[in-house]
Amino acid sequence: MFRDAWAVFVKDLRIEAASRVGLWQVLPFAAIALLLFAFALGPSHRVLASGAAGVTWVGVVFATFLIVGRSQSIEAGAGIAESQRLAGVDPAGVFLGKAGAVAVQLLAVEGLLGVGARLLLDFHCARWWLVVVASLLATIGLSAAGTLYGALVGATRARETLLPMLVLPVLVPVLIAVVRLWQASGVAEGQGLAGWLSILGTFAVIYTAAGILFYGQVQEHS
Amino acid sequence: MKRHRLTITGWAAAVTLIATAILGILVTPQDVTQKEYSRFLYLHPPMAWVAYLAFGVAALSSVLYLWPRTRREAFDHLALASVEAGVLFTGLVLVTGSMWAEPVWGTYWVWDARLTATALMFVLFLGYLAFRRTGGTKQNIARRSAIVALVSFIDVPIVHFSVLWWNTLHQGPSVLTPGLSAQGVHGSMAWTMLLSFVAFTLLFCWMVGRRTALERLRASAGGSELQEAIAARRAEGTSVEVGA
Repeated sequence: MFRDAWAVFVKDLRIEAASRVGLWQVLPFAAIALLLFAFALGPSHRVLASGAAGVTWVGVVFATFLIVGRSQSIEAGAGIAESQRLAGVDPAGVFLGKAGAVAVQLLAVEGLLGVGARLLLDFHCARWWLVVVASLLATIGLSAAGTLYGALVGATRARETLLPMLVLPVLVPVLIAVVRLWQASGVAEGQGLAGWLSILGTFAVIYTAAGILFYGQVQEHS
Repeated sequence: MKRHRLTITGWAAAVTLIATAILGILVTPQDVTQKEYSRFLYLHPPMAWVAYLAFGVAALSSVLYLWPRTRREAFDHLALASVEAGVLFTGLVLVTGSMWAEPVWGTYWVWDARLTATALMFVLFLGYLAFRRTGGTKQNIARRSAIVALVSFIDVPIVHFSVLWWNTLHQGPSVLTPGLSAQGVHGSMAWTMLLSFVAFTLLFCWMVGRRTALERLRASAGGSELQEAIAARRAEGTSVEVGA
């Protein structure tokens, strides 16, 4: 499984590096989303700073749809799923590889938006470790849930509209938890961190397990 | 479910619902603090219970559909019927909750963990229904929908335990507590509440029974149309051979 996962992971990232869709479309889209939210919130430094974590992560969630859509379109070509089955590629490995590649691209988006939030929205952070741990757990959750739902809707007629409709409600717990943790990172002391971290961890574990279990069924006769 | 059993269930649901309405409006006393609004107790909690039950049945039948040894089309029909009923009752839970909250809390809606999680549950299963209408082969839609139902079901325990896990404005569980005791509800109010749970459960069974029967008919009608189309094409081939 892990050998297949590594092969799919490297293949997806090479395709993204060659096409540069992430660089020229996803990252600019995320930056524009950050600026739009900043315009909507107004020029007040206090309002911008208090909303910085939320604005950043809504931008990340929007970027997730683009990245997942791209990731699934790679597999949508004629005969690709059939070829993978004939080659004996483990579907769980395909899921892990694709989710891993999505996670790497999401981390790039988070890095860009994090810097933007620091420079433009006055996002203050006293505990970097909390931001890093929360972002990593949230990224695993977003990429696992996004990849699973992306595969589910990939073969349907209305996948562009259906993916946000199905995934947005699913991602709400991640959005709430990671925003709370980013906000808590701004102060030296904070309570309830373990609860929010456990929500992110549980979400990541559940959706990764669901993807490993069901990805084969999703691909079957797709 | 046999046709006569379904009819009996329907009548039992109607009788118990009427009895709940009579007891709830005319017999039971009003609450000291909530006054007449306490009568939502006979509507809101049983509807929430039926929503949980519906999504639980949908998840269970989805597991049975996904498991190759137990895979039957009937489980897919049952999951669809249960989710439709569950979405309806979740919508009613949100509406009756807001109607009760405005006079008691002073607002129709608060961004409370229980309310937010319930709204999410509603949208998640609405997504399931939208997903089923996207086209594809019957088996493909059934299998993928079963996965969507199972993954969406993760939200149901979050909704129920949200009042215990977070500090919320919404009160704790009324009946589904560890000891299954209706906390703070006694006498005729407790009995009426119990009857309302039975009534709404029977209503759910009747609705799901009718809907699965309809889906079964639709599936068989689709199948016979296909058989007729194949027979027509074969007949065309035979007439050409005879003509030649």
